[in-house]
Amino acid sequence: MSARSSLIRIGDLDVDGIGRILGTAERFGEVMERDIKKVPTLRGRTVINLFLEPSTRTSTSFELAAKRLSADVVSIKGAGTSMDKGETLKDTIRTLEAYDPDVFVVRHPQVGACDVVARHTSAAVVNAGDGTGEHPTQALLDLYTVQREIAPIEGLHVAFVGDVLHSRVARSGISAFRMMGAKVTVVAPPTLVPRYLGEALGTEVSADIRDIADADVVYVLRMQLERMGTGGFVPSLEEYARMYQVNHSRLRSGQRVMHAGPVNRGVEISGKVVDDPSTLIEAQAGNGLVVRMAVLYDVLSESQTAAPGVPGVTLEAA
Amino acid sequence: MSTYVPNPRVRLPQRPGALANVVIRGARILDPAAGIDREGDLVVRDGVIGGDPDGLEVVDATGLTIIPGLVDVHVHLRTPGKEHAEDIATGTASAAAGGVVTVLAMPNTQPPTDSPSILGSLLDRAAREAVVPTGFIPAITVGQMGDQLTEHGDLAEAGAAALSDDGVPVANASVMRRALQYQKAADLLFTLHEEDMSLSGTGVMHEGVISARIGLAGIPGVSEAVQVARDCSLAAYEDARIHICHVSARETVEEIRLAKARGVSVTAEVTPHHLLLTDQVVGDDPDPAKFKMNPPLRGSDDREALIEALIDGTLDCIATDHAPHPADEKENPFAAAPFGVIGLETAFAACHTELVVGGRMDLSDLVLRMSTNPARIFGLPVPSLADGARADLAVVDLAATDVVGERPYASKSTNAAFVGMQLTGQVVMTLAGGQDVYRRNA
Repeated sequence: MSARSSLIRIGDLDVDGIGRILGTAERFGEVMERDIKKVPTLRGRTVINLFLEPSTRTSTSFELAAKRLSADVVSIKGAGTSMDKGETLKDTIRTLEAYDPDVFVVRHPQVGACDVVARHTSAAVVNAGDGTGEHPTQALLDLYTVQREIAPIEGLHVAFVGDVLHSRVARSGISAFRMMGAKVTVVAPPTLVPRYLGEALGTEVSADIRDIADADVVYVLRMQLERMGTGGFVPSLEEYARMYQVNHSRLRSGQRVMHAGPVNRGVEISGKVVDDPSTLIEAQAGNGLVVRMAVLYDVLSESQTAAPGVPGVTLEAA
Repeated sequence: MSTYVPNPRVRLPQRPGALANVVIRGARILDPAAGIDREGDLVVRDGVIGGDPDGLEVVDATGLTIIPGLVDVHVHLRTPGKEHAEDIATGTASAAAGGVVTVLAMPNTQPPTDSPSILGSLLDRAAREAVVPTGFIPAITVGQMGDQLTEHGDLAEAGAAALSDDGVPVANASVMRRALQYQKAADLLFTLHEEDMSLSGTGVMHEGVISARIGLAGIPGVSEAVQVARDCSLAAYEDARIHICHVSARETVEEIRLAKARGVSVTAEVTPHHLLLTDQVVGDDPDPAKFKMNPPLRGSDDREALIEALIDGTLDCIATDHAPHPADEKENPFAAAPFGVIGLETAFAACHTELVVGGRMDLSDLVLRMSTNPARIFGLPVPSLADGARADLAVVDLAATDVVGERPYASKSTNAAFVGMQLTGQVVMTLAGGQDVYRRNA
């Protein structure tokens, strides 16, 4: 039903598409260095942020991204919505559809929620995290960060460490880095890796933290305690920290550490590493803004006549 | 397969109706169990096969095939409590449209069918509404809670067809053991939904490459297999008979094969959707909730193992697990959508397309697995085309192809996993319990 191009999973993009978005982000990055940080690119467009699961950085950066692009933006957060009164996602979307939005940015606790949204709107749908499914804009900002701070992605070795089982960041990220030509290794307790992950995403899987040694980038995943229930996926967080925590004793110089946040200091990552200026954690958070601006621009540029250009910024519609 | 022991107490009520009087002309008449395979006319007089054709309505069936009607030992009629999804009248009309002449309904209703009084009220209602003879399978444990046995003896006396906690397994092995011991007193077959819930966890689809890729929690095949291994061991120890519902995993096939080889009285069914589809469709379809059922669609090696097991007899029969749900509930994100798909109207076409047109077995073998075998396992009357038998038959057009969903369903629900698929081999007429219950072009 959606005539516009949505971004629901990282696989919706090919290498060219990713390159196009990262290039756009680069140019928005230049704008963000000016005194006046607002551009009229999406003036008259309506973006609805529908966040039905807790979020700080993603919701903030999407809202700010839309505002910097001069779009009209409405942000709806989980508590206090009509879904608390038993309304289905379908009916919520149909209701909001009456305001003729151009983009729905959706975070939802369930995998596949964005597909449901896309079936009931003609707006573009951007997945801002669907349960344990995907988080494609996080993957894009991670690529952007590595490209800017380290080197072109092709040929790099990225190790994802920790709770892959519950991680949409890992699922989108592994695919994205693989697509761009990186080698990816997953290092985790076997209880926190989907059984067929290696085959599904084309990665090496190891249970030995020493296998991060060859990696250029060590991507630390949050222990998602809120999704674990009483499952007992690891015997204790203390043992997990002893066996898998990314800390300075396990890193060699030159390795760069990433984390999508929020971090559990002292669990999956030591506080010292978090505070180490050589990590990319702050850069990731900062880059979220321009990458999400680029994504909003990209999903709208395919079906519309190009928005008016900004002096000094040329943004051609694809 | 175990020897045929008719259950004289089972009640299979059907609504009152005129007995069929018809000559079905010029068809192939195929009943492998009775050794019949001929071309000609089949006379049905006063609901019984054979007799004098004079004065009867003649139905031209040139090019069509008459087979014994199908017996579906695993359906959900959603009564009582969920009549907005299906009721006895619509569910059995759906059966009739699929050439099914006997259905057995599972007890996971609201409230569960777990007492002789609820069973009695359902039997009474079926006697007024059921389009085809309909039996009921009450719960093994009170409320399907897995603790206290229901009154197996009284339920048998009241006409139960078998016992099952379908939808949930009997988790406690000691409770299962006691039920199996008590079978010697109550003499009812157990038909078991096999799943170790501690392994299934929060899973919503098959644990495989697809679930790893899209991030949905997986249900491993061994969740089914370990429970089947447990219950085969218990059944052997207690010298009891068990039937395994909707086998889905290759690991389970292996457990059943081993159990049969060592003489355990175990039989098993498989659904059309597990024979035709794999978890691949869950990954590929933008609206995958229509493929959500429990047990889940599994991998291609599982599917192939099921087909081979159905051919070699490790799996004895086909049952649909017809599970209607309102469309609204299926419109949720995958994890929130209910488990289950309808299947009565498409079972024959689906299996005929996959197995017979696909060259895996001939039509006789399919008829045995969809009609004769399930009836024998459950001790039900075996549909037959022999002279003197009650008319329980389906007339099928083996060349006719339909796209699923283009005809309106007789079921109240439309949650068909096969929607959009081209299936060859359509039921055009059904006689059940001696009554003329379905004509495709009527």
